[in-house]
Amino acid sequence: MNNSIALKSILNKEIQRFMRIWIQTLVPPAITISLYFVIFGSLIGSRIGEMGGFDYMSFIVPGLIMMSVITNSYSNVASSFFSAKWQRNVEEMLVAPVPNWVIVAGYVGGGMARGILVGLIVTLVSMFFVDIQIHNVWIIIATVGLTSAVFALGGLINAIFAGSFDDISIIPTFILTPLTYLGGVFYSINLLPEFWQGVSKVNPIVYMVNAFRYGFLGVSDVSITTAFIVIGLFITVLFTIAMTLISKGIGLRS
Amino acid sequence: MHKALAISALEKTYKGGFQALKGIDLTVEQGDFFALLGPNGAGKSTTIGVITSLVNKTAGKVKVFGFDIDTDLEKAKSFIGLVPQEFNFNQFEPLMNILVNQAGYYGVEKKIAIQRAEKYLKQLELWDKRHDAARMLSGGMKRRLMIARALMHEPQMLILDEPTAGVDIEVRRAMWDFLRELNKQGITIILTTHYLEEAEMLCRNIAIIDQGKIVENTDMKSLLAQLDSETFVFDLPTNSKTVQLSEFTYRLVDDHTLEVDVNKLQSLNQIFVQLSQQGIEVLSMRNKSNRLEALFVNLINKGGKNTGAITNE
Repeated sequence: MNNSIALKSILNKEIQRFMRIWIQTLVPPAITISLYFVIFGSLIGSRIGEMGGFDYMSFIVPGLIMMSVITNSYSNVASSFFSAKWQRNVEEMLVAPVPNWVIVAGYVGGGMARGILVGLIVTLVSMFFVDIQIHNVWIIIATVGLTSAVFALGGLINAIFAGSFDDISIIPTFILTPLTYLGGVFYSINLLPEFWQGVSKVNPIVYMVNAFRYGFLGVSDVSITTAFIVIGLFITVLFTIAMTLISKGIGLRS
Repeated sequence: MHKALAISALEKTYKGGFQALKGIDLTVEQGDFFALLGPNGAGKSTTIGVITSLVNKTAGKVKVFGFDIDTDLEKAKSFIGLVPQEFNFNQFEPLMNILVNQAGYYGVEKKIAIQRAEKYLKQLELWDKRHDAARMLSGGMKRRLMIARALMHEPQMLILDEPTAGVDIEVRRAMWDFLRELNKQGITIILTTHYLEEAEMLCRNIAIIDQGKIVENTDMKSLLAQLDSETFVFDLPTNSKTVQLSEFTYRLVDDHTLEVDVNKLQSLNQIFVQLSQQGIEVLSMRNKSNRLEALFVNLINKGGKNTGAITNE
């Protein structure tokens, strides 16, 4: 059995899915990000002044791009996999000799593809508002790739457990959004009192946003090595959980 | 030569404690056209679910072409094509994508998959719809799409769970011809159906399952040979109320329709002779009911089960 063909098939299917509904998947992040730039960047940002040694607009760009990547890679897999469960077309893969790791990699790859594509679109939009500088392109690529993998895996696990469409919006609404907003997208955590800085460092999104910002601006509130270790740990743990759930057939097999 | 399917002591107890399968033993030879019959809730779909790994078994062994699903699951899966009872494709995806992707899950190259998709879509009269989203198809077309999808990796064994449910007679008969042709090509076919006529017309061997147990497993001829009697319907000229038959159990349904029960020792000639002696002409004659249905009802009733869910069309 040629696993690469199976993997390619799942990836193709996933990419075709979000491209087919591009008005729902690719356009909204561009509009949302434009509003952020207008409101937080131009209107409010100009009164804030500098943040971390950069003008506010330049400071928030990496965080806003990362926020779009996180949201889209998560929601892509969560909605696609849950929809496959709901319509039962997930059975197409379950009855076929597709190894579990291929199913996980296919869906996560689809989520990463959407996250990265949306990240690119948002980057292009942000170029209308600010001159983007790049400090280290490899750190940018590595951070965006690995972060989208973390949240695609999270979306997959969410979809495996979900019993209704409501269940795939609970985690983004009550966990993901607060963590993202408190993850140093709009401010440097160094501005916070020491206690809240400590609390912020429990939030994994802080490491992702800061590593990404380092790639653009060369500044970060946390160590880049620590950031990559945290991201790597999350990928390992979430991949193991996703594999275990699919192997046991949780939410998939009676 | 390995059996196409060998099931032994198969048990399945669901989370709530319901025991759907209570130790099933079943074998299907390669090249067979096999019927698995039973009333609703008897365990047919659970059995198919276990074979295709959609249901986790509680105990027992399942081998597909000699490959144990516990140790060689992926190999075993590669032999099976499944046509499930419920529609289970992405309703928003075009037919061509559904088929090509499905072939991909089995490692079939895209170029070959496109050729096969064309072949099966044409054979099943869906070619014109190849770019349409699946939700645009009629019920019968959706069933045919699921058959095409199950064939994309050219399986050795095709399992069809109620493939003609809700399909009109014309389409159903076309599907029967298609399945017969597949079987002629050497594909083992396992079929569950509520239409007993379907099983009788298509299948060589049969197992009847009830309350999670196999109550009969034999070849169709032997099963039908167990019939003690059959009912024939005679269409007579109007006003044949005076008809009388000795040594036969009979009913005059109306003034031109006669039903006669004929047992194994009796001859139809005796009926014709008696009617002829009374000056009554027979306009036409037919077998009243599906013969398999009578047997089925007998077998299931032995277990004290209501068979209201089974129909004969």
